[in-house]
Amino acid sequence: MSIEIRDVTKHYGSFQALKNINLTISKGELVALLGPSGSGKTTLLRMIAGLESVEEGSISFDGKDLSTVHVNQRDVGFVFQHYALFKHMTVFDNVAFGLNIRKKSLRPSKQEIEKKVHELLELVKLSGFAHRYPSQLSGGQRQRVALARALAVEPKMLLLDEPFGALDAKVRKELRRWLRKLHNEMHITSVFVTHDQEEALDVADRIVIMNKGKIEQVGTPSEVYDKPVSPFVYDFLGNVNLFHGRLQQGKLNLGSAQLDAPDYIDKDETDAVGYVRPHHLTVERVRQSKDEIAAKITFMHSIGPTWHIEMRREDIDAYVEVELSKEEFMQLDLKVGEIVYVSPKEMKVFIPEDFII
Amino acid sequence: MKKKKNVLPGFGLSMGITTLYLSLFILIPLSMIFIESSKLGWVDFWKVVTSERVVHAYKISFITAFAAALFNGVFGLLIAWVLVRYSFPGKRLIDGLIDLPFALPTAVAGIALTTLYAKDGWIGQWFSAIGIKISFTPIGITLALMFIGLPFVVRMVQPVLEGLEREVEEAASSLGATKGQIFRKIIFPEVLPALLAGFSLAFARGLGEYGSVVFIAGNMPMKTEIAPLMIMTKLEQFDYAGATAIAVVMLVVSFICLIFINFLQKWSQKHVLQEE
Repeated sequence: MSIEIRDVTKHYGSFQALKNINLTISKGELVALLGPSGSGKTTLLRMIAGLESVEEGSISFDGKDLSTVHVNQRDVGFVFQHYALFKHMTVFDNVAFGLNIRKKSLRPSKQEIEKKVHELLELVKLSGFAHRYPSQLSGGQRQRVALARALAVEPKMLLLDEPFGALDAKVRKELRRWLRKLHNEMHITSVFVTHDQEEALDVADRIVIMNKGKIEQVGTPSEVYDKPVSPFVYDFLGNVNLFHGRLQQGKLNLGSAQLDAPDYIDKDETDAVGYVRPHHLTVERVRQSKDEIAAKITFMHSIGPTWHIEMRREDIDAYVEVELSKEEFMQLDLKVGEIVYVSPKEMKVFIPEDFII
Repeated sequence: MKKKKNVLPGFGLSMGITTLYLSLFILIPLSMIFIESSKLGWVDFWKVVTSERVVHAYKISFITAFAAALFNGVFGLLIAWVLVRYSFPGKRLIDGLIDLPFALPTAVAGIALTTLYAKDGWIGQWFSAIGIKISFTPIGITLALMFIGLPFVVRMVQPVLEGLEREVEEAASSLGATKGQIFRKIIFPEVLPALLAGFSLAFARGLGEYGSVVFIAGNMPMKTEIAPLMIMTKLEQFDYAGATAIAVVMLVVSFICLIFINFLQKWSQKHVLQEE
């Protein structure tokens, strides 16, 4: 089922949670709503589910406007961050709930329900747990029960609100892989909310990046990561180094060095900021050109195969973070306190909006 | 042999104080009732507790206490629901009002209720117009006990309702449940243990209530006499043994009732209790 969101705006009192949201999610897609807390991503998800009312704009499924349809008629499966299981019911009864409460004419027979529940428990790898209570399960298991419960009613779409947010790192990774696999098998239109960019990049077909109630960018993981359209997206999707300078004839002048900024050949004498990812910086022990930035190494540590090197620029009071592979690091043989020369391999220049006017 | 050490310190001391306290204020006084009543001997004891007037008083006491607790169960749940789920002006005031029956001298309540519900009282006149007498009937007794017992139910249920996660209801709703189904299948089972606890407290309080009832009951033998009143009457005649005999029966029957309710409560709670 495709979801179409048109001009949706939401206020809570004087606070504007969503501003003019337009978004189309096609059938069978797995979309991530990514943003910091307060960005409106959960509000949007809850509006799609029907848990929040739509006051301005419309939300339609397959072309049918459902803005005023109650959540219990929308055919959506919703998974909550804190599982929201029925704790006085067994795992079996939790999963069977959506089927058991149906009107007699629509309700499958007892045997059918039983078969379905066992199939789903198999799917979420909890076959032996049918008669346990939620309190006897771990967090990851509870969330899998919640997922099975949502899938039992064969929803037309699956909505997940920070589904792995309450789990520890390892379980989280495992579950998100598993969600991806499940989605590949079932092709159910799914939207999940997360504030973890790694999770969004890892799982989603498409990522919707939200900030302050607005959509900043929509695109595939590689699109948004490689071609961020705004400083916010650049910053949010990973670590970044900022180089403040002035644009002069297609160059960003930092004072001590001049960096290429070919996108802005027509902009002259404008303050701008160069955004560079830590792994897009090269490090040299010997100065190769005058446009390298001298910096003193202050701290180094390794996480698995990558070395993180923190250095302080010699020209101004600012820190630069560099990521090197183990090989590069070994070759350079860096030590804390040494002065090295860094230059960006790739840089994206943004003109801060405050300065335009 | 090594003594097993408890992780939490102070068990010996706190358990000692607990035992002493319970003995001094509950166990010893209660056993005095048994000791005192045993002075009667079996035959006299049996005669006292099975005399027609006393048996009738027991009946009135248990039936009215039960009926009042039942009403309080229903309306206490409703009131707690309204106080937790909705916000409206004066909510804090109403919330404070709930506790008033705890604080008010019971005789004051009794007199107020009697005047209000008497045949020519403010409210009583409307009922007497349609042929229902409230004051000086078992209905009046029930009314007084409802007044006394309400806070127990509301205060037991309220925190449980407050603790219910909104998301659980939203989850049920997204699975297609109607509001009625959510209440019956999700909310009620969670509230039931607390509701039963409130019910049993209100019931127990109703059984022992004396002050507010004696005014509204009218105390007509074989009609509106309650068991505590019978005990008072015996005491006034310096028949201590007879008074304690009635008390023993009250005590034993109440104890059985409470155990039964407790059992019900455990049963309804068994799933929640399986935490760990």
